[in-house]
Amino acid sequence: MEENNLKNACKALLIGGSAGSLQVLFSLFPAIRPDFTFAVIIVLHRRNSGDSALSELLSTKTLAHTLEAEDKDPILPGKFYLAPADYHLLIEKNETFSLDYSEKINFSRPSIDVTFESAAEIYGPSLVGMLLSGANEDGTRGLLTIKKMGGKTVVQNPETAQMPFMPQHAISNHAADYIHDIREMADFINNLR
Amino acid sequence: MIEDEDIAILLNDLFDIYGYDFTRYSKASLKRRIIRLCALDKIPSYAELRYKVRTDETYFKRFVEEITVNVTEMFRDPSFYKSLRDDILPVLGTKPFIRIWHAGCSTGEEVYSMAILLKEANLLRKSLLYATDLNPSVLEKVRKGIFPLNQMKQYSESYIASGGIHDFSMYYTANYGQAKFNRELAEKIIISTHNLVSDSSFNEFDLILCRNVLIYFDKELQDRVLKLFDESLGTLGYLALGTKETLKFSAVQSKFKQLNREKIWKKII
Repeated sequence: MEENNLKNACKALLIGGSAGSLQVLFSLFPAIRPDFTFAVIIVLHRRNSGDSALSELLSTKTLAHTLEAEDKDPILPGKFYLAPADYHLLIEKNETFSLDYSEKINFSRPSIDVTFESAAEIYGPSLVGMLLSGANEDGTRGLLTIKKMGGKTVVQNPETAQMPFMPQHAISNHAADYIHDIREMADFINNLR
Repeated sequence: MIEDEDIAILLNDLFDIYGYDFTRYSKASLKRRIIRLCALDKIPSYAELRYKVRTDETYFKRFVEEITVNVTEMFRDPSFYKSLRDDILPVLGTKPFIRIWHAGCSTGEEVYSMAILLKEANLLRKSLLYATDLNPSVLEKVRKGIFPLNQMKQYSESYIASGGIHDFSMYYTANYGQAKFNRELAEKIIISTHNLVSDSSFNEFDLILCRNVLIYFDKELQDRVLKLFDESLGTLGYLALGTKETLKFSAVQSKFKQLNREKIWKKII
């Protein structure tokens, strides 16, 4: 059991969200203990404003600095990364980021599915995917891929979501291992090893 | 399911048979594009895909067109175009002749945007815009200068945000859901295939634009292409990259100075 835990130690936590998810992050982040040992990668649907105000805003809520993921940056444990506006964010085998400006997926760029699927292939069982509030189908396929590759999935309880459609869609398609409210999500993250 | 080894074999085929080298492209993106293409074309297995690419040249062309990303738009990132207008064109305007290279221009929306900027700065007549891409089929679209009409509302907004003061619709004729851009803009555009991976420098330029192309390359190829750009720029020439691309950490970094917040560098040696 111990050995198994060690082998599948969480290397990356992915968080995907759309409408109504920013408020969730604002309450979730301050509750995360700063000594986490994995990378946190956040994919949010956002307007293409071209500036990095959002990562600065998120930084104020976290003890760790939130960085906008840059092309070919190494993915390091203990860091928060945010997918840049208007690019898909992919993960390479050598655990670096790649950006991609191809067609929108689920009307979205960045698309949650794209990052989740790409990460699932690289991290397999060492990955946790979390899906928050939203009004779009994005994320469900990605969560299913994470599950298929042995990772864990957490979906925000739709009753606590400002926009329940996205988490509900994931749950209806059997993509959720756990259904949590914000408090439970914080506990879950703090217990990840 | 396509394995990484399958992709490696496929890329070897492409090089051996057709001379196209994709081996230094970013693997994550490439793999996604290949899986997407198999789904689009209902190709049931990797073996089938390999057979088709090896034996059917028409399909090979489609393959190259689909695994490379050809998404582009006019006046994307208006603040970038504003900086071209305000900071770069006045400097280039002092030269007797202006050579610009759009490397990896895809369907040419950025080339036409540049032609509009040059026209408005009264510089188009003494400029040449070289538009290159590895895909002959996208270059055909550059030649025609026809883009979907339903994009024009957004392009018009971006044009205004870039400092444009005219009615954007004066630059094209609308017909059957298409916008055909004025012949005058295309007159100074020179179109040619050029593969950044395998082809060398072919001229000396005052400005090179290569936006959202390097993200599809691995670090080593990025470095090689940046060296190619360095060799292709005259002294005090400019290099413009995409909003998430950088010269930082590259071999040519010390020869360039970034101008402002936009991704525009000036060659200083």
